[in-house]
Amino acid sequence: MISLPFIAVMIIVALGVSAAVLKRNLIKIVMGISISASGVNLFLVSLGYREGGVAPIFTSAPTMNMVLPTPQALTLTSIVIDLAVTAMMLSFAILIYRHYGSLDPRKRRLLG
Amino acid sequence: MKEKGEENGMSVIVKVASCVLAVPVIAFGVYVILHGHLTPGGGFPGGAVIATIVAMILIAGGGERAKSLNKELLSFLESAGLVIFALLGLLGIGTTFFYNFLANSGSFFGMKIPFGINPGYMWTGGVIPPMNMAVGLEVFAALSLIAVVMFTHEEDEND
Amino acid sequence: MQTIRVFTLVVMFAFLLLMALSLRPFGRPDNTDMDDYFIEHGQAETGSNNIVSSVVFDYRGMDTLIEGSVLFTAATGVLLVLYRRKENERKR
Repeated sequence: MISLPFIAVMIIVALGVSAAVLKRNLIKIVMGISISASGVNLFLVSLGYREGGVAPIFTSAPTMNMVLPTPQALTLTSIVIDLAVTAMMLSFAILIYRHYGSLDPRKRRLLG
Repeated sequence: MKEKGEENGMSVIVKVASCVLAVPVIAFGVYVILHGHLTPGGGFPGGAVIATIVAMILIAGGGERAKSLNKELLSFLESAGLVIFALLGLLGIGTTFFYNFLANSGSFFGMKIPFGINPGYMWTGGVIPPMNMAVGLEVFAALSLIAVVMFTHEEDEND
Repeated sequence: MQTIRVFTLVVMFAFLLLMALSLRPFGRPDNTDMDDYFIEHGQAETGSNNIVSSVVFDYRGMDTLIEGSVLFTAATGVLLVLYRRKENERKR
């Protein structure tokens, strides 16, 4: 049986990248990059799973067989960094709309 | 003169409902921050939960209410959170950077717990609960500052 | 121009499919010595029930400090790009 979480990660990253390449609106391109980042976070969390394991928390845990805690710590940092990148890209999109009047990245915009 | 994108907010029902909903949401956010060393969560999700209240004020209040939110206070809170976090790391510099000098010590947050599954005691954790509070304050202030600035930006005449 | 885009996307999808089929089987990680040490000694050394919190704030506290400064830089960047202070008749 092919492992299902990795197939899901592949579908999410492929959807995000295809949205970033094929769309004609700047906001949709930024959202495509954000979807790809969510797929990468899912990949990081699903790498640390142990069969039959529970969350690594000792407060009223059912068993002592726990999953690995380190990839979850790395995912916390990755989520915050993706949020910061998305916020900066959206503020640049606001600036471009204010200056040029349109959000199409394929129109010819010369200096002047 | 009317600037672009400035509405009067939503109706009275939405405003009253958002005022009523703000109390349990803030209580839940503070609970998630304070119990970061016992249950899943911690500083980062708790700060994000409290920042949704500021987004709700922006949507239900409109442009006039959004301009009265104090940006200098939010910036001061964000800087204070990061400085407190760095100072908490520097306090244990006798052994190493970010040393947990309060764990197993008997003072504020240092209770000894036995190994294994236990129902969870509040005054454990060492220097981790103060770090959770500092990070929660910083994340809340940063996210609401980003939302307020993106909502109330104005055009310059000679842009 | 559109055909170049679609061809690049097809190549990338093929690479992703090859990646998804050639990883280790799901649920059997390799080299778990560091995480076994964290689960076994984390509660005695840091005193917290939550092992993920002790990894984020105690064993790897430096990463969290740098991440806090990244969030601070993002908020400062948005303020720099979008905030104008009018000189006349606006409150300071």
